[in-house]
Order: sequence, then structure tokens, then C-alpha cells
Amino acid sequence: MLEHYLSLATKAIFVENMALAFFLGMCSFLAVSKKVETALGLGGAVIFVLAITCPLNQALTVAFLQEGSLAWAGLPNLDLSFLSFLTLIGTIAAMVQIVEMTLDRYAPALYNALGVFLPLIAVNCAILGASLFMVERDYSLGEATVFGLGSGIGWLLAIVALASIREKMRYSNVPPALRGLGITFIVVGLMSIGFMVFSGIQL
Amino acid sequence: MSKEREAVIDPLFNNNPIALQVLGICSALAVTTKMETAVVMSLAVIGVLIFSNLAVSAIRNHIPPSIRIIVQLTIIASLVIITDQILKAFVYDISKQLSVFVGLIITNCIIMERSEAFAMQNGLKLSFWDAIGNGAGYSIVLLVVAFVRELFGTGKLFGVTILKPVTEGGWYVPNGLMVLAPAAFFLIGGFIWAVRAWKPEQNEEDFSAGALLELSHEGDLR
Repeated sequence: MLEHYLSLATKAIFVENMALAFFLGMCSFLAVSKKVETALGLGGAVIFVLAITCPLNQALTVAFLQEGSLAWAGLPNLDLSFLSFLTLIGTIAAMVQIVEMTLDRYAPALYNALGVFLPLIAVNCAILGASLFMVERDYSLGEATVFGLGSGIGWLLAIVALASIREKMRYSNVPPALRGLGITFIVVGLMSIGFMVFSGIQL
Repeated sequence: MSKEREAVIDPLFNNNPIALQVLGICSALAVTTKMETAVVMSLAVIGVLIFSNLAVSAIRNHIPPSIRIIVQLTIIASLVIITDQILKAFVYDISKQLSVFVGLIITNCIIMERSEAFAMQNGLKLSFWDAIGNGAGYSIVLLVVAFVRELFGTGKLFGVTILKPVTEGGWYVPNGLMVLAPAAFFLIGGFIWAVRAWKPEQNEEDFSAGALLELSHEGDLR
């Protein structure tokens, strides 16, 4: 059982890295990767939110949305899966709001570190993407938790690596038209090639 | 008329949502291995963009500012559900290939940004033209990237063989890198390079000895 979870986590962190293999969360990935510190902050917030929303969305899907899941309410033929987009994004937006308020009240230090990034995260496609993958692949509650955590860690690794490269790149003389966004894309492409080394690895 | 013209023409190259505003990149990279999926995705995004802009613009004076994000998200999510159902009903195969990326239109920042930055302040007509312009700007990048990736990666366009690959007795050796993830990054990087070489006013921060000197004073130069 543990091996299964370990394998799933490795897959989520390296082999199917959210940012470099599925291009998810690209907007903030490119916009917030100018400095290592801010990249760490955003990455931390993403792990946090993913680890909460993924299992929560899994539970909601199984309890209410799947075909036949409303049998306990006397409606065995109801299939609400077409509502999943709305439910998933609603849950994510609400959770981000709750997390933000809780942190503000009980952990001000953490709130100060992550605060500015939390609203950004509600529309980060990595979060919604993880939930959608989780629904598509029929993960159990335990698997969803591991998958959420793993995807978050993978995303953090990718954005911190990119930010470090970009910090160093300030000293390079890049062609004018390629400066900024253009060269960042090419760097991310090279990183993505690097991460392809992990494909096929199974624990 | 000129204002509407501007709303349509400007996002194509001058203010391209992908190349300059860095919006909606996730889907731009993921669905571009084939022309077919890229076209369907473009149409889906343009459709959602038009209706979300219209809806937000129509009720813009009644949305309380504090909950506007949730209102916009709900409108967009509902439109994406409709789009998803339509795709499943009429082009089931392609909708399977697009998998989660149809759902991810919800978090496509182009749509969110346009409703937040444009439709909240402008009337119905102008919002409509803005949606067309930005949708087209997005589609241009998508189609260019998909064209290159499908043609050189598999030798086909829309599934029709153009360059006959070696495996089928032709002469063309398909470039396997093109269908993999990194090629999408390189191509968009190249697209941005091309657009900015043509329109230098879009260039970002300048590299200069002065900036270097400043950094070394900060003790940042390791």
C-alpha cells in the first residue's frame, strides 16, 4: 500500500510534473519567477491549497456528483457529473478564501509570507487541473491527498528552479527582442527536456 | 467605429494576449500537438470569451465589487459547462483528446482578465468586439504553433499527410521532439521573438552595464 502511494507521489512530483509536463499554472509560473524568495512563497501556497482542495474535491465528487452517488438520498439514477466544473472551482475559490482568513487570524507570520499569493491561486490552473485529473482518474481519498501534495511539491521545485536560473540570467546579454518573456519560454523548454529524464521511472 | 476597430485589431499583434500579456498560456501549450484540437480549442475559447464578456458587461452595474471575482467565475464556469456538453455531443473524439483542458478554460486567464479589465467598464457592443479581438489574438498563436508542431512532428495537417514519413515509404523523417512538451515552449518563445523583432517597442527591460553595476553594489553578484 505504502509502495503504491510512494510511486504515485514520485509520478506526481517528477514524471508528470504539473508545470513542465502538463503546462499547468503557467501564467503565475512565468510571472512570479523573477526572484527565488517570491517563487518559494508562491510554491508553498500552492502546495498548501492543493493538499486541501484535492481530497476535499474528491470527497465531494464521490458523495454528490458521480452517477448513482446520490442513492443515499433516494435518487439512485441521478448523474450530476456535468456540474463538476462549477463545484470544483467553487470549492477551490471558497477554500482559498477560508485558508486566507484562517491564516490571517491564527498564523499571521505565515499569512504575511503567503498572503499576497493566495488570491492569485484561486485562478491558478494547476489547482483546478489537479482536481480535474483526480476526477478523471478516479482516485480514492488517500490517493487524492498524495496526488495533491505531490503535484504541489513538483510545482514548487519547478518554479524555484526557474527563478534561480532567471536570477543568474540577469547577467547574460540576451538579444533585445528575446529578453524577458521570450528567453524564459526557451529556458522552460530546456528544463522540460531535463525533466523528461524521469519519464518511465516507477518505484 | 474606430474604437471598435481598435478593440479588434489591437490584440492581434500589438497587444497579443499570449505574447505580450502572458495570459492563457497553459492551454496554448497543451492542445497544440494537432491542428484539429487547436482549432476546436480556439473556437471554444472564443465562444466562452464572447458570452462571458457580454454577460459581465450586461450586469456590470449590478455586481457588488467585493464579490465580483466569484460572480465572474460562476458565469465563466457555467459557460464552460455548456461548451463541454456541446463538444461531447458533437465532436466526442476531440473532446476526449482535449480531456481536462476544456475544463481549464475556466481558469484561462484571458477570459478572467478581459471580463475584469474590459467588460466591467465597457458597454455591450465594445465588449463584444474586444472578445473577438482577444480570441483571435489567442487563436493566431495557437494555430501557428499547432501548424508547425503537426507538420514537422508527424508530417500531417488536419490528419492529412503532407510530408510523407519514412515509415510509410516516403522521404520525411518526423521530428519527434515537435510532438513533445519542450517544442511548444521553444515555438512560443520563437513566436514572441519574431513579434518583438518586428515591433521593437514591446521589448522588455534593457540589459546594460549600468544595471550590472547596480547589482554588484547590492552584493547580489555572486
